[in-house]
Amino acid sequence: MKVVVDMNKCQDHGQCVFAAPDVFSLDDDGRLAYVSDADEALRDEVEEAADVCPLQAIRIEG
Amino acid sequence: MTGTTTGKTAGTKTGTATGTIVVAGGSMGGLRAAEQLRAAGWTGAVTVVGDEPHMPYNRPPLSKDVLAGKAPFASLAFTPKAAAADVEWRLGTKVVAARLGERTVALDDGRTLSYDGLVVATGMRPRRLRCPGPLAGRHTVRTLDDAKGLRDELTGPGVRLVVVGAGFIGCEVAATAVRLGVAEVTVVDPLPLPMVGPLGELLGRALLKRHEERGVRFALGTGVAGFRGDGRVTGVVLADGRVLPADVVVESVGSVANVEWLDGNGLDLVDGVLTDDRLRVGGRPDVVAVGDVARFPNARYDGVPRRVEHWSIPTDTARHAAKALVAGLTGADADAAPGPFAPLPTFWSDQHDFRLQSFGVPGLGTDDVRVLDGDPEGDVVTGYHTGGRLVGVVALGGPAAATAAARYRAQLLKSPALTP
Repeated sequence: MKVVVDMNKCQDHGQCVFAAPDVFSLDDDGRLAYVSDADEALRDEVEEAADVCPLQAIRIEG
Repeated sequence: MTGTTTGKTAGTKTGTATGTIVVAGGSMGGLRAAEQLRAAGWTGAVTVVGDEPHMPYNRPPLSKDVLAGKAPFASLAFTPKAAAADVEWRLGTKVVAARLGERTVALDDGRTLSYDGLVVATGMRPRRLRCPGPLAGRHTVRTLDDAKGLRDELTGPGVRLVVVGAGFIGCEVAATAVRLGVAEVTVVDPLPLPMVGPLGELLGRALLKRHEERGVRFALGTGVAGFRGDGRVTGVVLADGRVLPADVVVESVGSVANVEWLDGNGLDLVDGVLTDDRLRVGGRPDVVAVGDVARFPNARYDGVPRRVEHWSIPTDTARHAAKALVAGLTGADADAAPGPFAPLPTFWSDQHDFRLQSFGVPGLGTDDVRVLDGDPEGDVVTGYHTGGRLVGVVALGGPAAATAAARYRAQLLKSPALTP
């Protein structure tokens, strides 16, 4: 499963980090980092992360 | 946000393909409900009825980027999940009556829809000030069309704006107006500090200072008695006798639940629609409520039913309510399937160059606020306590402050429930 975050939209709210901590994280400055090639077993979590993103910046491909 | 996903759909049987679920309300809550019905195994028909002409869109940018002219509709519209592609959307139409006993709803175009299951997702509308004076020039900010109409009036030279209500939306609008170059921006509120109800005095004072430093004026501790103007507003008359000149007024004084269509069914509609702890309405297995119209008990706190107008609530409630409804319609054990609803509320607010980020329910602990990190003059994280227990955390500042607040989130999730 390919995860794409539109970093032009992302405003580092971090809600995705709570929903899918194995895929999304915030660094010490509060900026988002993520795994773009996520394990299929994490699909439910990543879908939830996409739902809770206030900017709707997360897309799942495949 | 989370804390709502512990019960997976195990035990939920697949829904029959012949039934129909009607979702009353076509905003984010209606969309999420439709999607979550599919996720919960419902294979029958789903019809969403929405009174706005637009497909569901994201509302937070209305008081910010839309007002600033920086967000076209395409950037606001939600992308429905593929599983919900066969949902029928009836837009520009609203539900005006319901007969829960007969399982029908009436639409404003005269048609009646029969349903097997019903999702109440009709949301809120802005409360309006009932005082004398002209209506023209007075705005609310709830829908896309509201925000566009307000923007059109703010862009002229020398505009004087008065915002009534120093809550989150009012303060966001004021901040955006300053950024737009509106000549005079004044916020009026009967309370002594902005956002003091949900956030308490410590942050209320810090926020007042930040807004004033960035050019927002305040008339606090006084309400609105009326409006001046012949045909169109020219001034706001305050309860203390002062008159603020105004070319444009924004009323941001709370909201009213859209529940009148449920009248006559013996439901508790005092403030939104009362649900049980599975978001079921009136003790029925075939009706649930989602979004800010739902007044639900939160098992994480004191069990008192409350409406919650946070952005995360449509998604949280839809996930839970869809499981309960599908279980109710398919004869599965609805009490076992989703479990009691116990979300951890979270909200944010972007104003000027700073953000407020909240976890938990700070409003339950405004009498005992402690600085957990930082300093109210700069980035700060505050903790709200009830009986010594942490019930809410709010960060004010940049992204690092929000990240610091998030560290307390685990503590909020682990706390035992408040005793009623």
